[in-house]
Amino acid sequence: MTDIQFKVAKTVREAASLMAAAKGKGRILAGGTDLLVQMKAGMVTPGTIIDVKKIAEMVSITETKGSYRIGAATPAAVIGEHKKLRKAWPGVVEAINLIGSTQVQGRASAGGNLCNASPAADSVPALVAAGAIVTIQGAKTRRQVPVEKFNSGPGKTTLKAGEIVVSLTLPARPKTSGDAYLRLIPRTEMDIAVVGVGVSLTMKGDTCVSARVGLGAVAPTVLLVEAAAKALTGSKLDAKALDAAANACSAACRPIDDKRGTIRYRTKIAGVLLRRATAIAADRAKGISRPAHSQQGH
Amino acid sequence: MAKIHVTTTINGAPTEFLCDPSQTLLDVLRDQLGLTGSKEGCGSGDCGACSVTVDGRLVCSCLVLAPEAEGAKVETIEGMAQGDKLHPLQKKFVEMAALQCGICTPGFLIASRALLERNNNPTETEIRYWLAGNLCRCTGYDKIIHAVMEVAAEMRESAK
Ligand SMILES: Cc1cc2nc3c(=O)[nH]c(=O)nc-3n(C[C@H](O)[C@H](O)[C@H](O)COP(=O)(O)OP(=O)(O)OC[C@H]3O[C@@H](n4cnc5c(N)ncnc54)[C@H](O)[C@@H]3O)c2cc1C
Repeated sequence: MTDIQFKVAKTVREAASLMAAAKGKGRILAGGTDLLVQMKAGMVTPGTIIDVKKIAEMVSITETKGSYRIGAATPAAVIGEHKKLRKAWPGVVEAINLIGSTQVQGRASAGGNLCNASPAADSVPALVAAGAIVTIQGAKTRRQVPVEKFNSGPGKTTLKAGEIVVSLTLPARPKTSGDAYLRLIPRTEMDIAVVGVGVSLTMKGDTCVSARVGLGAVAPTVLLVEAAAKALTGSKLDAKALDAAANACSAACRPIDDKRGTIRYRTKIAGVLLRRATAIAADRAKGISRPAHSQQGH
Repeated sequence: MAKIHVTTTINGAPTEFLCDPSQTLLDVLRDQLGLTGSKEGCGSGDCGACSVTVDGRLVCSCLVLAPEAEGAKVETIEGMAQGDKLHPLQKKFVEMAALQCGICTPGFLIASRALLERNNNPTETEIRYWLAGNLCRCTGYDKIIHAVMEVAAEMRESAK
């Protein structure tokens, strides 16, 4: 094994300068549930491993005027235990809590899920639907990008050399809003999504006044499906609107064929999950509680 | 390669060790500290045989780097019994034959304890989801789940 360095960064700036100093061979360590597996498989060989879990800003959740900032390295279990966040963004939290087992939840972070850049990453469609903003720290400056613009392909992000993700911000939204995430996997636990759909809605009475749809595991990156959102917006979520939105999701798919699902199957399921997730999000927007499957064990 | 000096607490005892930067906590526990109760099944976080708690959080020690233990409190299976006195979960696993070959048992015990510390009234479904990251190839799980339910019932009874 080559000479690997292990560093514990105390501030976001220090982490970013350590990344810059590592000249492309630096790796941020959040929960390590992707990084360690990849190191063991010989897929990545970092020069410097930079642990960011001692940086308060990166492992905490704060609320300002209804907007939530989730530190990029906050463990999923901590996110699931945050009652107010769970109430405000049940879909985002259920998506994050679907990642792996209890043991994996103790470590895995939303930042790691995003930066690992798997097209099937469970938290990302829900974050896209939520309109999450990614805060990025470089050697000198901070910048922000919408989460749907962050990844550029399987395993690829738009981070520039020396940049790290600090946090994810969920915007404030009206009380009559709700979100949901559903994934299809061949088992009930511990598998990779064949399709994942995140839906976030704001209702006014029975009318949907705004919508966002995130679609995962059916293209090289998680997609924001604007055509589906458009079909839902302004409707009473009637059959016609749902058909149009489901068709828009299926039309957006550019999936692969693999052992988990064929192209035809994934394309069809994208529409099915859109309908179901929309129904759950709409109920939640109306204050009807719909417990997350993933919270049964928490 | 430069070794890292780590000061930590394992099962309540202050402990120091030297490790490589990319060595896992599981490797140090087993190979350097002689704590071989935590098992390596898959080495990739799927099987849970290496389950320990770090600062009270249930994790797979195969996916934790040893230097991350600096300043932390680690609990392993070796700390579960008090001398000859078995933990109620250990006793119940024996009584109800919730183990056969035993490789997965330390992981199941540590994970079950972490559940019951949070919730002494879990439903069967909650137990099954909580333990979904622990694989057993012998028992078919039912005996394990029932043993955990029994212990939870006893805990509730004695808390009355
Ligand atoms: C048994 C098991 C089951 C799993 N099940 C699922 C599942 O159901 N769904 C799912 O989506 N995933 C799953 N995963 C994958 C993994 O757990 C998730 O992707 C997790 O969210 C990764 O987070 P982490 O904090 O552990 O990331 P890490 O492994 O710490 O990091 C992942 C990558 O991102 C980089 N990185 C991390 N944080 C930052 C940052 N702040 N800035 C810049 N780069 C960063 C790291 O350098 C690394 O390359 C599973 C993994 C295991 C081992």
